[in-house]
Amino acid sequence: MSISRRKFLGWVGAAGIAATAATKSRAAHAEFEGYPESYAVLHDSTLCIGCRSCERACNEVNDLPKPATPFDDLSVLDKKRRTDAASYTVVNKYGQVPGENRPVFRKDQCNHCLEPACASSCFVGAFTKTPEGAVIWDESVCVGCRYCLIACPFNIPAYEYDEPLTPRVMKCTMCHPRIEQGLLPGCVEACPMEALTFGARSDLLLIARERIRKYPDRYVNHIYGEREMGGTSWLYITGRKPSEVGLREDLGTTPAPELTSGALLMVPIVIGMWPALLGGIYKISQRKDRIAREQLVAAVKAQKEQSDKEREEAVKATKASAQQQQEKAIEKAVKKALEEAAESGDSKEEK
Amino acid sequence: MADTAVTTSAEHAAEAPSPAKRPLFSPFNIIAALILLATAPFAILRFTGGLGAVTALDHTNPWGIWIGFDLLTGVALAAGGYVTSAAFYIFGKEEYHSAVRPAILTGFLGYGLVVFALLFDVGRPWRLPYPFFVSQGVTSVMFEVGACVALYLTVLFLEFSPAAMEWLGLKKVRWIVVKLTILLTILGVLLSTLHQSSLGAMYLLAPSKLHPLWYSTYLPVYFFVSSIAAGLSMIIFESTMAHRYFSHLMDQRHKDERNKIALGFGRAAALVLAAYSSIKIFGIAADNNWAYLLTGYGLWYLVELVGFVMAPAFLFAVGVRDRNFGLIRVCAIWTVLGIVLNRFNVSLIAFNWHLPSAERYFPALGEFAISIFIVTLGIVVYRFIVTRMPILYHHPDYHD
Amino acid sequence: MDGTIYTLQEFMMRTKGIVYILAIGFLIGFTAFWHFLFSREPREETDRD
Repeated sequence: MSISRRKFLGWVGAAGIAATAATKSRAAHAEFEGYPESYAVLHDSTLCIGCRSCERACNEVNDLPKPATPFDDLSVLDKKRRTDAASYTVVNKYGQVPGENRPVFRKDQCNHCLEPACASSCFVGAFTKTPEGAVIWDESVCVGCRYCLIACPFNIPAYEYDEPLTPRVMKCTMCHPRIEQGLLPGCVEACPMEALTFGARSDLLLIARERIRKYPDRYVNHIYGEREMGGTSWLYITGRKPSEVGLREDLGTTPAPELTSGALLMVPIVIGMWPALLGGIYKISQRKDRIAREQLVAAVKAQKEQSDKEREEAVKATKASAQQQQEKAIEKAVKKALEEAAESGDSKEEK
Repeated sequence: MADTAVTTSAEHAAEAPSPAKRPLFSPFNIIAALILLATAPFAILRFTGGLGAVTALDHTNPWGIWIGFDLLTGVALAAGGYVTSAAFYIFGKEEYHSAVRPAILTGFLGYGLVVFALLFDVGRPWRLPYPFFVSQGVTSVMFEVGACVALYLTVLFLEFSPAAMEWLGLKKVRWIVVKLTILLTILGVLLSTLHQSSLGAMYLLAPSKLHPLWYSTYLPVYFFVSSIAAGLSMIIFESTMAHRYFSHLMDQRHKDERNKIALGFGRAAALVLAAYSSIKIFGIAADNNWAYLLTGYGLWYLVELVGFVMAPAFLFAVGVRDRNFGLIRVCAIWTVLGIVLNRFNVSLIAFNWHLPSAERYFPALGEFAISIFIVTLGIVVYRFIVTRMPILYHHPDYHD
Repeated sequence: MDGTIYTLQEFMMRTKGIVYILAIGFLIGFTAFWHFLFSREPREETDRD
């Protein structure tokens, strides 16, 4: 079947367009920039005095149980604390360096990642990255597997291990219900030093860069959370290296969902290929068994035919030799009879 | 001591030995009952006082031995089910026939116990069906693990059911299930490949928490390949145990095939462990992690790799070559311990390796107790089934 | 809620969901195809499929 040149070129062109269209719709990971106008919080730890007002406000706004030591007790800062089932946020103290007139403090809480590891890990989809920027948790579906605690690189989610039947995952919500009402998160509103600034993430990055540019001796030139784990909605600028204020510098910039996407991409390949592969092997081994059985049957049959044939020939040979012997015996008898007749004839003539 | 008593006769007398009449208060029953009674209070406490009352879990160490041992190790060791049924039904190894039913039974009970253990570990166990019926978290590797484990447990139940139906005399239903054998076997290998590898893939989400020697892009491959070796070794081990404690229940074919199975599975294990060793080394090379081998954790990694993978790989080969069945059986136990070690390393020992020892996890008494409770229950059920149903012998009324 | 996909997480939710459904459909379809392919082959008693 011959095709015209025009037709052929037409097909090639169509194939090329289809391939391009396919590549365009296959989104490269770098294409996701998150929700536009999504909010974030900028924490300027050089302004933080470790007063724990944010912890108190958070506790009140979220109706959390009152802690054993009150919020104005600053001695708790002598030990490093992490978030727990009754504390969505904690402030930690990071020692005093000679030459500085006070220690450094940093507030720790959920960083509301742009591509949250908790959301990626949850097998009931209990976590949602909202358009407002907050990463929130849905109690109505949580099974309590705690994979989110494993997944979070910042070790933020806590679990109510002392609740026997309705334990919850506890973490900062960026006061999402308040944001939706146009209010500020509780901690941001309560901070007396304005160490926390709430706004559009893009704006906060500009503000942070501007502060660092204006006061290069005050800040380390790094906005933590700009690109860590693919970017977070809680940004930090500090006067110390991140690792000196409890922020890990080895987390990389790969967003969490990409860490397992390779493994997940193999799943449909295995599902598609294994049945054909295993079914094929089964059929091959079934065929081998059948051939082996057929060969066995054929070999037995051939053997039987062979021995039948040999037996027949042996019988024939015996018959033939028997016949031969019989003929010889007859011949001999006839000869003898003739001789005897000849002898008796001769003796009659002599008389 | 080379044991060369391998029967080669083509006919195996299909004896159907009747289970011996056992007293209710046998030593086994008494000990099992005592263990269950001693550990049951912790099981109850889990639901009256919460996880905090029985475990040492905390916010930084949310998974303990119920995940590291009952789930991860349990699933790996139950792999004998798919390996043996694949060898017999798909690859057509007729000489492993008597290994199939015990393997399926172990698989079925193993996975059943895994799900049972999850009822304790998970915060709201009645919500375990949620990922399938309420809200599908499809981006999660654990979603896939859950789906595959649930489906595979169903497959194992169906593969096990003919034995139960022979015991109950349900001929018609049994015939239907037997017709599904190849479909179930292929599905079983497929599902096992997926969830064995995905249990490893779950840890891909935490590169900042797992030691670089154990964290690798190849984690899913490592978990899958090692599950094959685990399955092969567990079958050899159980065969050894069964022949010691239940040989009076076995038919002649079961007894005759024993050594051939040990030889064949030992050979396969040698190959799989050798391959597994090399891909682990390739993984170190791929990430250029050689320097870590010279650290404390590096030494521990070498203990696992050289001492519990390469060594049994080599000695399995020696045992097979020399027809040394004692050595083969030792290597089987050795390999099983190596798999246990690997799963513990990934989930508990190399996990959170960078944290100070005050923040590290060690299991609480209640966790040991409930794990022992679960395993003891499993052994009791195993014994119940093996002494009543045609697992170790062929039921004379059925010929397919 | 305009249906646009803004994050990798949302993208993966959509694609993985579709893939899982397709995969289940494939398994059912493949079984049917298998029977179609082998239905005219001579069968023996010892066959297991």
